[in-house]
Formats: sequence, C-alpha cells, structure tokens
Amino acid sequence: MTPDKTDPIHQFHLVEWIPIHIGGMNFSFTNSSAFMVITVVLSAGFLYLTTSRRGLVPGRLQSISEMLYEFIASMLREATGPHGQKFFPFVFAIFVFVLVANLVGLFPYFFTVTSHLIVTVALALLVFVLVLVVGIAKHGFGFFKLFVPSGVPLALMPLVVAIEIISFLTRPVSHSVRLFANMLAGHITLKVFAGFVVSLSSFGALGVAGAILPLGMTVALTALELLVAFLQAYVFVMLACMYINDALHPGGH
Amino acid sequence: MFVTNAFAQDSTAAQQGGGEAVHTTTEAGHGGAEVFPPFDPTHFPSQLLWLAITFGLFYLFLKRAALPRIGNILEVRRDRIAQDLDQAARMKDEADAAVAAYEQELAEARRKANTIGQDARDKAKAAAEAERRKVEDKLNGDLAAAEERIASIKRTAMKDVDQIASDTASAIIQQLLGTRVDGKDVAAAVKSSAR
Repeated sequence: MTPDKTDPIHQFHLVEWIPIHIGGMNFSFTNSSAFMVITVVLSAGFLYLTTSRRGLVPGRLQSISEMLYEFIASMLREATGPHGQKFFPFVFAIFVFVLVANLVGLFPYFFTVTSHLIVTVALALLVFVLVLVVGIAKHGFGFFKLFVPSGVPLALMPLVVAIEIISFLTRPVSHSVRLFANMLAGHITLKVFAGFVVSLSSFGALGVAGAILPLGMTVALTALELLVAFLQAYVFVMLACMYINDALHPGGH
Repeated sequence: MFVTNAFAQDSTAAQQGGGEAVHTTTEAGHGGAEVFPPFDPTHFPSQLLWLAITFGLFYLFLKRAALPRIGNILEVRRDRIAQDLDQAARMKDEADAAVAAYEQELAEARRKANTIGQDARDKAKAAAEAERRKVEDKLNGDLAAAEERIASIKRTAMKDVDQIASDTASAIIQQLLGTRVDGKDVAAAVKSSAR
C-alpha cells in the first residue's frame, strides 16, 4: 500500500464496494457510486431541510438555498428568456450536482465524482441530446438554421456551415473535458504537492523544514481548487444554458 | 506521458492484469488497475448506471419537492412585500387626506371664529346703541315733561298774576273811589292794560 499513498493517481481508483455483474457488464456499487449518493443526499437534504420552515424572513441556511435558486433562475432567464423556465429543474440539478460533487471531492480521502471523464461526458451528452431533441421537436427542420448564420456571403456559406456543424458536434467534447480536466488536474497537483510534504518529512529535521514550502503550496492550491470547483460548475451550467437557448431560438445568433 | 502510456497498453494490460512497473501492487479484484483510472472502461457501465440513478432521483426530487417549495417561498415573500408596499402607499394617501381635511377644518373653524367674533361685536354695538337711544329718549321725555310743567306753572302763575292784578286794581279803586267796582270790568281793564 505504501507506494499508493503518495501516488497522485491513486485517488482516482474505483473500488468495488458491492460487486454487481449483469450480462458481462460491471454495474458494481463503487466508491464513485457512494459519493454520487453522498452528493445527492447532501444536496437534497440541504435544500429540503433549510427551507422546511418556509420562513418569510429567511435564516442563513435558507438564504443559501434561495440564493442558489435565484442565481440559477436569473442565469437561465438571461440566457434563454422566459421560454427557458421549464428547463430550470434540469439546469438547477446539474449545477448543484456538479458543484457539490466538486466540493465534496476536496475533502481528503474523498472521491471526486467529476474527475472521471465518463461522468462529465454523460452530463454533457445529456445536455447535447436534450438540445437536439427539444430543438427539432420545437422547430422541426428550422432547427438547422442554427448552422446557417445570417449575413454571411454566399460564397463563404459552405465553409461557414461546415465550421458551425463541426463546432456544434464538438460541443459535448469541450463541455465535458473542460470540467473533467480541471478537476483531474487540480486533484493531481494537490496530491503531488501533498506527496512532497510526506516524502520530504521522512528525511529528518531538514526535510521537515523543507516540507513547509510544499505545505504552504498545498494550502494555497486548496483555496484555488475551491474557486475552481465553483467556477467549473458555473461554467458547465452557463454553457448548458447557452446550448438550451440554441434549441429554443436557433435563428437568434 | 502517463496517459499515453496507459493508453498504449490499454488493450493488452487490461486482460493480463499487472504488467506495469508503477502498479506492481495491483489491487485484488481489479482487472484493469494499470489503466489510468478515469479512462478505464471496465467501470463505465457502473458509473453510468449509478449516475443515472442518483442524478435521476435528484432531478425528480428537485422538480417535485425542493424547487416548488423554494419558488413558493420566494413568491409568497414577493407578494407580501408588494402587498405591504401597497398598504404603505394607501396609508400614506389616507394620512395625506386626513392632513388636508384637518387643514380645511382648521381654516373653516378660523373663519367661523372670525364671524362669531364679528357677530358678537356687532350685536354688542347694536345693544349699546339701543340702550343709548333708550336713555336719550327717556331723557328727552323727561325734558319735555319738565318743560311742560314749567310752562303750566308759568301759565297758572300768569293766571294768578291777572287775578292778583285785578284784585289789587279793584282794591285800589275801592280805596280811591270808595265805590265798589264790578270785578269783570276790572279784569277786562287789567287785561287790556297788560297787553
């Protein structure tokens, strides 16, 4: 186990807590699944319990729930206008899920759900498919006006349309990799500097003195990661709002 | 570097289990521990399934319970604030109206007080005038009566003077002539001489 302790990749390993194998596929309940459950229970519990008093004058915790609500509601309203409100629960769920998963992952020994590409890809594809389905259901063929920006010379049109289609299709990739890579890189960096502290302090008194530098770095990085955790959740949801706006108003470039 | 390493041997190492130097201590039960864990496809179904379950339940919970409740709280508060503002505006209007009514009443009262004062002054003046006139009338009456009495006294006195004159004249004549003269003649004589 000792090499694993300081191995920066160790934290991303999945451990099967309850092995479940169906039809040759691995559906085991892993540490990732456990932290998904923790994320959801924490978020749902917080939102539900802090608002249970329904205070006309909110307390501190109720204020947090209300601020979250209004924050996402105004973001969605600004991005999509009044028609977007029926996507509010979806957007809110994504934001809170990603944010809490990011924040929970910051605790030492805790698993970061969003540091696995498949999770962020699933969320990004969910948004992508939703945009496609809603766009085509609402506008039919008119949805493909999204790829034909107005005011482009006819000669350039094929090139521009090709670029637009490629950029549309690569959306889920950039959308998911941005979140995944930020969380992964942040946690690896944290672990590397924290690992320096452990390795240096095993070299006696001088090593311990030298370990102060990476320790300070770890503290600073933790603060940075706190910011990144919030920022990446915000960016992820902001992009989701913009993509949903494309589905609702494909002509409105 | 690590990633590409992991990818390069992805296909082979996944089945063999334990070929990499870094991961000699493979965890038991892990087929592909050598692969960089976030890219290890063995756990993709598990992660997708549990993400679907947890996120799906979370979404349903938010949509059915949590978000309607928060929305309701915010709406109630917004309504309440609007209502309170309306009430405050209405109360201010009422207060303004009351002030205006008060001012008007005050002006009216002042005007009424003025008229009452004026009336009282006029009445007092009239009463004084009437009193004065009455006293004057009475005095005038008294004066007239007094004058009348003086005149009557004078008249009687005058009448007595005639009598006295004729009496004296008849007495003188008697003395002088030694005869008695008719009183009527004496009186006529006195009267004519007095004229």
